Amino acid sequence: MNAISATSFLASKKLTLSDPDWVRYALIIATLGVIGLFLVLPLLTVLIEAFAKGWSAYSASLTHPDALAAMRLTLLVAVVTVPLTTVFGVSAAWAIARFDFRGKSLLITLIDLPFSVSPVIAGLIYVLIFGAQGWLGPWVSEHDIKILFAVPGIILATLFVTFPFVARELIPLMQEIGHEEEEAALSLGASGWQTFFKVTMPNVKWGLLNGVLLCNARAMGEFGAVSVVSGHIRGLTNTLPLHIEVSYNEYDFVGSFAGASILAALAVVTLVFKTVLEWKQNQDKRLKAKG
Amino acid sequence: MSISVNNISKHFGAFTALDNISLDIPEGELVALLGPSGCGKTTLLRIIAGLEQADQGDVFLKGDKVTDQPVKNRQIGFVFQHYALFRHMTVFENVAFGLRVKPRRERLGEAIIRKKVHDLLSLVQLDWLHDRYPDQLSGGQRQRIALARALAVEPSVLLLDEPFGALDASVRKDLRQWLRNLHHDLNVTSIFVTHDQEEAMEVASQVVVLNHGRIEQQGSPSDIYDHPANAFVSRFIGQTNVFDLDEQDNDWLQTAGLSTAHQKGKIVHVRPHDIVIEKSSANSDAFVTLKDWQHLGSLIRVELVKNGSAASVYAEMPNDQFKRLHLNKGDKVDLRIRHAHWFH
Repeated sequence: MNAISATSFLASKKLTLSDPDWVRYALIIATLGVIGLFLVLPLLTVLIEAFAKGWSAYSASLTHPDALAAMRLTLLVAVVTVPLTTVFGVSAAWAIARFDFRGKSLLITLIDLPFSVSPVIAGLIYVLIFGAQGWLGPWVSEHDIKILFAVPGIILATLFVTFPFVARELIPLMQEIGHEEEEAALSLGASGWQTFFKVTMPNVKWGLLNGVLLCNARAMGEFGAVSVVSGHIRGLTNTLPLHIEVSYNEYDFVGSFAGASILAALAVVTLVFKTVLEWKQNQDKRLKAKG
Repeated sequence: MSISVNNISKHFGAFTALDNISLDIPEGELVALLGPSGCGKTTLLRIIAGLEQADQGDVFLKGDKVTDQPVKNRQIGFVFQHYALFRHMTVFENVAFGLRVKPRRERLGEAIIRKKVHDLLSLVQLDWLHDRYPDQLSGGQRQRIALARALAVEPSVLLLDEPFGALDASVRKDLRQWLRNLHHDLNVTSIFVTHDQEEAMEVASQVVVLNHGRIEQQGSPSDIYDHPANAFVSRFIGQTNVFDLDEQDNDWLQTAGLSTAHQKGKIVHVRPHDIVIEKSSANSDAFVTLKDWQHLGSLIRVELVKNGSAASVYAEMPNDQFKRLHLNKGDKVDLRIRHAHWFH
């Protein structure tokens, strides 16, 4: 009786899964078409435009001092913001997953704020604070500290848009894992740091790396917030995305698409890393579950 | 005293988890903290371990006041209900953890650590699993590894939080016996938390019964069973028939051989095995009828009803003795109470 109902169930499941061929092909072609039209074609255009005047023009525009300065600044911004975001993300996730306190749900909502706010507003906030008419503007200029239209402003704006990445990856993960393994480590005589590095970190490392990777991609690619605070000073406050825009506006198409090709390459590298991470993580899981 | 707690209280918001608890546990005992869920037993264990802070009161381990010491300085071994094994480490690394995190000057050499871990794994009979990960083990195996890990640091006391709570019934039975034997061999003062009175009676040398954050009774299993301090303990430990007495009950209690002349309370508790039943002669004015019976292995539980009462009375007797009585459902029986506990 059971066997019969089980087989008929399987049969019906197979039936519902096997759509007519034309549906299958139509869906596959539609998906590939959209991806081709909106992802592959633009990427190709970037490359074609970048190399429109040949390899030498491409390399010349990339080795132009302004382009090099933009790349250096972009790297600097990433090098400064990613560690800060990581430290913030880990401590915020720790606080939220481990302690109960008033305003905890408010904090979780606030961490998401940069995702829901337009990056332009993120930039404007700093203009309103540090601008000549802003709250701290007079004090800042009195002490000869440059924030707006300078590197500190760019870093602050980038921090604002990237700080949720690591925290968002870690909070659900740490909540799910719970506190018991850490208590066990403490009861075995481990110090707080030993517990953190030997027990907490290994348990969340894949989530953490994923968050860091996404954060890095965003830090290097951010346009809106940075655009508001940067002032677009060539060779000084232009990050790579801003350099692309400025070049394009000045009809330097090779220069702008050459810059774009670098950012596109960065995106591809990020994707490859992410895939490798996921693959490693799965392998890790399989290794431990192998019975 | 190996473990002492003095006047411990703990509140969670408006809820009182522990209400002025004092407890002394001598060296080498295997103590069960027994009580219904929410009685504060796990909180008390975690306070002794240092995983939770008491609102007031002190904890002493081996005579030293450790109230303000963090858990890592208390030299305790703690076994969690859900094992809490480090999931990214092999079984070997799990057990070695406590030895490897010691400060450099106290740390043993690698060769000694290896030997010690393998000895511990042999002690819990799982050395063959040393290179597996926790995910690959059964619940019972995980719990034994968790115990080996706790023992690796040579704790002065061993604390176990519902150690068998997450296991299958059959595995649980085996592990109980095993824990008892292990404790006999190692003789480290141990406390385990349980809500299962059978488990407490079977494993522990001392039982502490907790309810609503207070200690109801502390004593050996036989002490607690034979001389329950109050109605709660009597009901919680083992089976018991509860009779709320009023004037009319005097008659039948007298007939059942229980003197009400110098009664010491309004409530009588009678263990099922303290009720003796006999088939009454056909013309007797017996007031108890046999309703049904159940096989409990070597014992038979007999369900009786008193005339004019809806509540059942339970009696237990050995299987063969029951057979000799040749009783059928609906038979009138005479009933004799051999022993009773009186409560107010």
